[in-house]
Amino acid sequence: MRFYRWLLRLYPEGFRAEYGEELCRVHAERAALTTGPAAPLRNTLAAVADVLPNAIAVHLDILRQDLRVAVRSLRRTPGFALTAILVVALGVGANTAVFSLADFVLVRPLPFRDPGRIVKLWQSTPAYSRNECSPANMRDWGTLSSSFSGLAATTTRPANLVGMGEPREVQLALATPELFGVLGVRPVRGRVFSADPVDEASIVLSDGLWRSQFGADPAVIGRAVRLNGVPYTVLGVMPASFRYPHSTIEAWAPLALGPENFEDRDDTYLEVVARLRPRVSIARARLDMDRVSAQLERQYPATNKDLRVRVVAIREEVGGSSRLLVLALCGAALCILVLACANLASLFLARGLYRGHELAVRSALGAGRERLVRQLVTESLGLAVAGGVVGVIAAAAGLPLLSRLVPEGLPLAGQATLDLRVLGFATLLVLATGLAFGLGPALSASSPSPRDALGTGSRSTRAGTHRIRATLIVVEVAASVVLLVASGLLIRTMLRLQALDPGFVSDHVLAVRTPLPRDLYLITQRRVQFYDRVLEQVRALPGVTSAAYVTGLPMSMRGGIWSATVAGEPPADAGASAVGLRFATPQYFATLGIPLRRGRDLAASDTRTAPNVAVVSESFVRRHWPGGQDPLGRTFKLADMERAVVGVVGDVRVRGLEQSSEPQVYLPPAQVADSSIIGYTPKELVVRTSAALDPMSLVPGIRRIVRAVDPDQPLARVRPLDDIVHDETAPRSTQLRLLGALALLALLIAGLGIHGLLTFTVSMRERELGIRRALGAEAGGIVGLVMREGLVLAAVGTASGILLGYAAARGMGALLVGVRPEDPLTLIAAGMLCLVTAAAGSLLPALRAARIDPMTALRSE
Amino acid sequence: MATDRELPESLLPLPPATFHILLALADVERHGYAILQDVEQRTGGELKLGAGTLYRSIARMVEQGLIAEVTRRRSLGDDERRRYYRLTPFGTAVARAEMRRLAQLVRLARARGLTPGPEPA
Repeated sequence: MRFYRWLLRLYPEGFRAEYGEELCRVHAERAALTTGPAAPLRNTLAAVADVLPNAIAVHLDILRQDLRVAVRSLRRTPGFALTAILVVALGVGANTAVFSLADFVLVRPLPFRDPGRIVKLWQSTPAYSRNECSPANMRDWGTLSSSFSGLAATTTRPANLVGMGEPREVQLALATPELFGVLGVRPVRGRVFSADPVDEASIVLSDGLWRSQFGADPAVIGRAVRLNGVPYTVLGVMPASFRYPHSTIEAWAPLALGPENFEDRDDTYLEVVARLRPRVSIARARLDMDRVSAQLERQYPATNKDLRVRVVAIREEVGGSSRLLVLALCGAALCILVLACANLASLFLARGLYRGHELAVRSALGAGRERLVRQLVTESLGLAVAGGVVGVIAAAAGLPLLSRLVPEGLPLAGQATLDLRVLGFATLLVLATGLAFGLGPALSASSPSPRDALGTGSRSTRAGTHRIRATLIVVEVAASVVLLVASGLLIRTMLRLQALDPGFVSDHVLAVRTPLPRDLYLITQRRVQFYDRVLEQVRALPGVTSAAYVTGLPMSMRGGIWSATVAGEPPADAGASAVGLRFATPQYFATLGIPLRRGRDLAASDTRTAPNVAVVSESFVRRHWPGGQDPLGRTFKLADMERAVVGVVGDVRVRGLEQSSEPQVYLPPAQVADSSIIGYTPKELVVRTSAALDPMSLVPGIRRIVRAVDPDQPLARVRPLDDIVHDETAPRSTQLRLLGALALLALLIAGLGIHGLLTFTVSMRERELGIRRALGAEAGGIVGLVMREGLVLAAVGTASGILLGYAAARGMGALLVGVRPEDPLTLIAAGMLCLVTAAAGSLLPALRAARIDPMTALRSE
Repeated sequence: MATDRELPESLLPLPPATFHILLALADVERHGYAILQDVEQRTGGELKLGAGTLYRSIARMVEQGLIAEVTRRRSLGDDERRRYYRLTPFGTAVARAEMRRLAQLVRLARARGLTPGPEPA
């Protein structure tokens, strides 16, 4: 019997109170009749089989009934229902979208086997903490360390895929055969290349390339393709989820390392990934690699001085600012949710007061408090679900907008998706929201004794509710101030960045890449001929004012760091001798609008037989020949070659607007030994046009010219230089637009909240205000009285919001460039904006209060 | 109750348990256990309602206005603590409507030449 009573707890409380005793009695009478073996057990089983489905059915009956009542009552107040649904949709939509992004970028396991055990190994020096390494160091790391079950290296480069229609540039990763084993990934078709026997001239396709270039042909395995003019065999196709080392990689080919590749430890271009042995922690691997690097430093002091190995879990590869950016959005979305809940709770409290009479009647008719609370919570949950559905649909539609915030450097697809995980989160969110704004008001609305509500007076309850609503308004205002402060600071940062001089002029410049396969262009003279022939004809095109070839475009190629030393200067560490190296043809500075400060441009006469020359940037001069010394004719050493400065140009922000860049050194493409520094071969063609011409209109002409010079050369990455500068701030402007939109919505919700509260206050105080009017109070005085209430609440909210906003801004300090978290302009503007909104929200109810006719007000009581 | 205004037909077809409870209360007021016993006897033990099913049905039927709790006891012989139920006029109307529906079904089947056939052994 005790068990049966316990079982009855499954029923709703009201039902149990009504029929519990009867149920027990019937059960007892039934049980008494059961005889025979195992009678108690049979009774228990029968009881469970009877109670369980019926209890569920009773709950469903009540739910159905409550929903019917809820729909009926909401239909009577469609404005209220619509507002509630919209506000929920906003909160849930913002949070679902941001959660899917955060989950995708920061949390979800990467698509490799046991991804927690995969680490990246970077070479670090006091100046650069995250560098690629040389083949020799990579080999020694593998043999000297004891922490890894496998180690693989990759290097990426564009390659020309030809033989199928137009030549096309593909992003290729050259990988050691261990790569697929270390990551634990299998191909979906065919196989991957193996170490033994060595698969040479073979290629593994990404799912994307297989679909776009091979029409998803299942018979692609074994097919011959030409890569940089060399025949390759297709070995396999990887799954769509596999993107390593970056999201943009389209194919993998074996990385062939010959003995000559292991000679120079300063030639660093390999990205190393490794799998931790079972039971080896990342901390132990770090100690292990410290020992290995110390040993290599003793062995090769010339190249490995101060060189350490950084072991990073692959999940941690997300850059600090990408992470912060996503976290900032999470914070903003959370703010919106808090705001939405506060607003809805306030709405429901008000509604509870209006419905106090109805609830009291139902209570008097015998509905228990549990029953009333349940009815009200069903109503709020119903609204939450409706709003949640709208919100999730909006989030799904908005996801592509967020794809710009997915960092490209991750082995991930370019866009987050809505999946079961995200939908599960959204469901929890909806339920939490519904309860957060529904439960409190439901408890409060159902609590007054029937007598209280049926009678005229329930001022104490109303006063209590009013206090809670006032508190909620303060919370709303504070949350919107936080958002305003955060987005205000980001706007200031953005404006500062956009005002920065990048060091070059990007408008009316077209950038085109001709990838120049290294194997075919190892001979310097051959490359120079290619440049000369292409440039000569391009410069002759109508509308072209200048054209040049360069190693890499600013803000696109950010690294390219070499060490340049000046004879007679004390040996400095790597950071103090680092320069950004570019090879450039004549007219490069003119084309990019980089000002020539002194001396001359690089010239066609700077050949291998002429003296070695260089053009350097102003900061290079400041570093090595400070105090107004004449830099022209002075020499420095770079890549074992002495070079004389013939010109000085302005500095360029090659690393982008948000980072400082190393001084730049420009060399003539002809003054380099065959197959030396081959990675710096100029590949980017830049063309400046006259103001009247759209640079993109030159593309067909350039395509003809390049094809005539080398028919196998595709044109890759054709874009105006403006796009590169624009991309530089694109994640920021996306984030800014999002955050700004959220902040404005927050402001709107808060304003509506204040409006709603004051409207309610005015209607509650109608009699009092009427008496005041009758006693001779001026209309202006009444307006002031009502507005003061709204403004006081807004002021309290603004003050606390500014404090919280300052705390939040300190947390996102890394996103702020040149703007302090306590930036007074932003804080004051955010506060003012909120107060103005509050004033606007208070104005209508205040005017209404002033128009109250004392006679009508007094009569209505 | 709002359901009082509804047409008896709107509740058809009745769930078997509901119909049997209406039948059990057709002639006399009964308490829960008595309803169970009546249903069981009348169907020759074929329909054995559980306590849970019974009271869920009762709760819903009270809500729908088909039956009502008897507030004044009929005779002193009855157990004072028990809760008795009786048919309401609306309940009677619904039971009649259900009978008409069933009879109509049987008529339709007969018109098609279908006969019940011999009772299964």
